[in-house]
Amino acid sequence: MSDLLLPPEHRYAKVIEERRNEDGSELSVLNLGPTHPATHGIFQNILLMDGERILDAEPTIGYIHRAFEKIAENRPFYQINVLTDRMNYCSSPINNMAWWMTVEKLLNIEVPKRAQYLRVIVMELARIADHLICNSILGVDTGAYTGFLYVFQFREKIYEIYEEICGARLTTNMGRIGGFERDWSPEAFKKLETFLHDFPIAWKEFENLFERNRIFIDRTVDVGPISAEKAMQYGFTGPNLRAAGIDYDVRKATPYSSYEDFDFDVPVGKSGDTYDRFCVRNAEVWESLKIIRQALDKLPEGAYHADVPDYYLPPKEDVYHNMESLIYHFKIVMGEVPVPVDEIYHAVEGGNGELGFYLISDGSRTPYRLKMRRPCYIYYQAYTEMIKGGMLSDAIVILSSLNVIAGELDA
Amino acid sequence: MENKTNMVAPPEGVSGEGFFATKLNDVVGLARANSLWPLPFATSCCGIEFMATMASHYDLARFGSERVSFSPRQADMLMVMGTISKKMAPILRQVYEQMSEPRWVIAVGACASSGGVFDTYSVLQGIDKVIPVDVYVPGCPPRPEQIVDGVMQLQELVKNESVRRRNSPEYKELLASYNL
Amino acid sequence: MALDTVNIQNKITETFGNSTSNFRMQRDIFCFDVDSDKAYNLVKFLKEDADLNFHFLTDLAGIHYPDNEKSQQFAVTYQLHNWIENTRIRVKTFLDGENPELKSIVDLFQCANWMEREAWDFYGIQFDGHPQLKRILNMDEMVSHPMRKEFPMEDSGRTDKDDRFFGRTS
Repeated sequence: MSDLLLPPEHRYAKVIEERRNEDGSELSVLNLGPTHPATHGIFQNILLMDGERILDAEPTIGYIHRAFEKIAENRPFYQINVLTDRMNYCSSPINNMAWWMTVEKLLNIEVPKRAQYLRVIVMELARIADHLICNSILGVDTGAYTGFLYVFQFREKIYEIYEEICGARLTTNMGRIGGFERDWSPEAFKKLETFLHDFPIAWKEFENLFERNRIFIDRTVDVGPISAEKAMQYGFTGPNLRAAGIDYDVRKATPYSSYEDFDFDVPVGKSGDTYDRFCVRNAEVWESLKIIRQALDKLPEGAYHADVPDYYLPPKEDVYHNMESLIYHFKIVMGEVPVPVDEIYHAVEGGNGELGFYLISDGSRTPYRLKMRRPCYIYYQAYTEMIKGGMLSDAIVILSSLNVIAGELDA
Repeated sequence: MENKTNMVAPPEGVSGEGFFATKLNDVVGLARANSLWPLPFATSCCGIEFMATMASHYDLARFGSERVSFSPRQADMLMVMGTISKKMAPILRQVYEQMSEPRWVIAVGACASSGGVFDTYSVLQGIDKVIPVDVYVPGCPPRPEQIVDGVMQLQELVKNESVRRRNSPEYKELLASYNL
Repeated sequence: MALDTVNIQNKITETFGNSTSNFRMQRDIFCFDVDSDKAYNLVKFLKEDADLNFHFLTDLAGIHYPDNEKSQQFAVTYQLHNWIENTRIRVKTFLDGENPELKSIVDLFQCANWMEREAWDFYGIQFDGHPQLKRILNMDEMVSHPMRKEFPMEDSGRTDKDDRFFGRTS
């Protein structure tokens, strides 16, 4: 009598009643989430079940809605970086850099080559960290805990590199308008080299553990497939779209931050099922490593930030001893900087797809309107359709293979 | 060979040949403190740091929290990690109500403790508005070391808690003030 | 290139005439305004015309302009993308301040479903023909639309913040 939990006007109630009259069988209603352990983050789905099969699902989101867009309208440009950190917290640096690039586009700032390359390095590191979480958690959900414990050590290594660069682990708040707040220390490069040496060995092992694993293949192949047309209709971008066979990648389509200088492939899948999504992410990690290697080898000397005293805070010791620096410092902090009136859209390839910032500036120190195009929010709509007709256990696997990040979903 | 296993020290007591006498309170506290089963209520960023805390490098299991209990009924400590929005608050409360006594709560991170940077219409300004909290862990997000430290602080609390505390009028009054 | 801005503009003005206006380049994206009653047809045209082929809806954003005149206080922007030519386009349509209403484009792009629900949730923009127009991020019980400029950001029920310590008291 699980339908008693629903209000009588609910659309499930009718289906249950019909089915009961038809052949006397009982459909059940299952509430999955919002604090279900197998859903990473808080998503609620009310499922209509026929035994183990899912007939229908009704998603509810917004459980960590934090009103990013509202806050953004009340904060100066340099403080919005704090919000972007907490959006897709698995790959904060990508969000940070995306935001700075948007602001730089608005202010017409040319970033020096060195800073651009450094940004590429840190963005690709973040992508590795993002895919690493997604794929290892997919392993956990299919019953393989080992892979997670193994590769998570390397996530710690990535965190250590972040710490060398900016001092924080997860919510990095990295970068400034025009570049970085300081040049990277030799220690950061040393750690990066160690990472580039050790990580591929572990990642190869991780791949071997899964890609030809009978159990894993049985659990993921043909689970939650989505066709290319459907994926496009639902606004998929990023690895999930590429798994369906479309090679759209913002890094290739509209290169930013000197991505055109690097040689890398865009891995694509075929059927868009869970296994393909897993493999595309695995392959992307290799491409990211390739990009980091190239960027390190070609890393030019020079300034690590653009020479824009209007927007880039002067060094603290100058502020204390130098009149001009003090004036600039004061102007930036008090928001008396010239900002053009304009509308900007800038997109980068985030961990989950096209991460875009649509920024409307009215010339004041805060954005007039900042719309964040959050890839998760857009493609999570397809989840209902993807799990329909499948088993309950598959729904969990599909969710983790989509890599829906609650912070990005709800903003 | 030197034994590297770190054993929990026994509480104060009187020992003689073949017996050891101590207070029941201390024994219960000792047992409880070293087998705290966490219920991770992970909503956002801090949840990722909790994953790191549970993973190989920091390994919360060393402190007796090996078994992550996703069912509130078998959990001892509720670890609230991440922003709790007003939409989420009733659910958090329900989870707390489903836990059986004795239960403890750790608010991990600035958002759970005070709302953090999100002073907005949709965010609950600290979970202590809806449930009582024992330990607050600052940070946005806290490092895994800090989370581990928070758990150790809670262990201290648990160790020294009287077995009668949960029946005391003060405790009942506390719950009543939250309408629990 | 087959799809430069002049061609797009010609094609659009040919079909829609006076309903479109204010063609401009905003940095790298070609933009224009359209009357709200023609917005649906225009998006349909942009999507289905063989040459234009803007087949991907990147984003849909609501905007509130309380200082505009009454008939233009709300706006909705569509950002479309043609992956083959790699061209983006932005279409803006202004809506009435009292009763913002627009035809839903869910039957053209399925991903518009939640985007429109978000715009409804945040701004109260009514999308006609939407299959399930209800709140998505905020609580169902909420009455006001929080992204409107007059709505305060901060939580009004907050007790632990003493305004005197934030320089906000007179």
